[in-house]
Amino acid sequence: MNRFLRMVGRDLRLALRQGGDATIAVMFFVLCVVLFPFGVGPEPNILARIAAGVIWVAALLASLLSLERLFQTDYEDGSLELLSLSSLPLEAVVVAKTLAHWLVTGVPLIVAAPLLAVLLNMDAAGFGTLVLTLLVGTPILSLIGSIGAALTLGARRGGVLLSLLILPLYIPVLIFGAGAIDAAIHGLTPRPHLLLLAGILAGTLPLAPWAGAAALRQAVE
Amino acid sequence: MPVFAGSELTCLRGDRLVFTDLDFSLAPGGALVLLGPNGSGKSSLLRVMAGLLKPVRGRLSWDGATVADDPDAHRAKIQYVGHLDAVKPVLTAAENLAFWAALGGAADPAANAARALDRLGVPHIAGVPGRYLSAGQKRRLNLARLLAAPAVLWLLDEPTVALDRAAIALFEGLIAEHRAQGGMVVLSTHTDIATPGGAELHLDDFTPYADDEHPDDHHHEGEDAP
Repeated sequence: MNRFLRMVGRDLRLALRQGGDATIAVMFFVLCVVLFPFGVGPEPNILARIAAGVIWVAALLASLLSLERLFQTDYEDGSLELLSLSSLPLEAVVVAKTLAHWLVTGVPLIVAAPLLAVLLNMDAAGFGTLVLTLLVGTPILSLIGSIGAALTLGARRGGVLLSLLILPLYIPVLIFGAGAIDAAIHGLTPRPHLLLLAGILAGTLPLAPWAGAAALRQAVE
Repeated sequence: MPVFAGSELTCLRGDRLVFTDLDFSLAPGGALVLLGPNGSGKSSLLRVMAGLLKPVRGRLSWDGATVADDPDAHRAKIQYVGHLDAVKPVLTAAENLAFWAALGGAADPAANAARALDRLGVPHIAGVPGRYLSAGQKRRLNLARLLAAPAVLWLLDEPTVALDRAAIALFEGLIAEHRAQGGMVVLSTHTDIATPGGAELHLDDFTPYADDEHPDDHHHEGEDAP
């Protein structure tokens, strides 16, 4: 456990000293959402109708943006070889790095989302659910993304390949995430959607590190 | 005391057979120097020994117990130094090293790291971020890992690249000390690293066919044994 926390701490420290990834993801998220009123027009009713979907799609894209770097630098500077030879199982390394990635890029999105919801004139009834869905949903994005990031290591134009691999897998998260918010706004209970999201999280939590570690073993060979 | 051995190792990279039917054995205090021209499989053999690369045939063992049956125990026994230095540019030298020491299970990683940097003769770089280190300093930092997170078997892939003469002499002393304590060393090199009493393994002996691309290139390198 101590080693696991060390691993998380190292990645957080790297991310904070480099500073780029966290701010870029949240800036991208905000800009992406802000573009919509320019595109579809400032009609408050239309914006309120599409707010949940827009915020969720922007969150998917923003989390994708920094995923390419998840294992890339460790792969290039030889750290990944040493990590795979360390006494910490590679699966735990994947969980630690994914957790650090989520703390750095996912949490700022959750904080920024309610402000963007106000900007898009979303019904206040949906705010709580919006935060809740992002809280359950963004870890899923990081976890699924970690598989893609591990698989595309060493590939040319890995970032583009990563998007093609991962975006289709994000669809269920998008459906239940946006669905829960719509349900809350229309006075229905968001519970079933949230439970399904939680179910996806419970499924990806053991599966993604396992698949990611297998892909990393291939990459260091 | 444990004996590390490999038998009938065969390694395939892409379609190319790098070496075949390779046997070696290493007793406590022993050293094995891998020699051979470029492309003869020195790095591949070290990666096979580390467990990074799976041999298509053959087995590695500690005292007869197959490594593949208990890879975790094997990983706890080795320290691998490859071509890449694994130095993070935004972390200081001491932070870089302390992380690897902690991952290796050190009780007090920071103290271990400081001591190891001291032994490698570079205590002054402790607070310097990785991006300001020279190639030689990075290499020393990487070698300091061997001391900060001790292991029985050192697997060193051309460890003296970028080192100056004084550092090489210092490093030879560390190897001798490690062996005196019952440690083992496998290293590949193109320069002389003194390993008194160490065995030599000429990898071109295990290449299935002569290198038909550049028969004369690099051939002298097999002869500059210590």
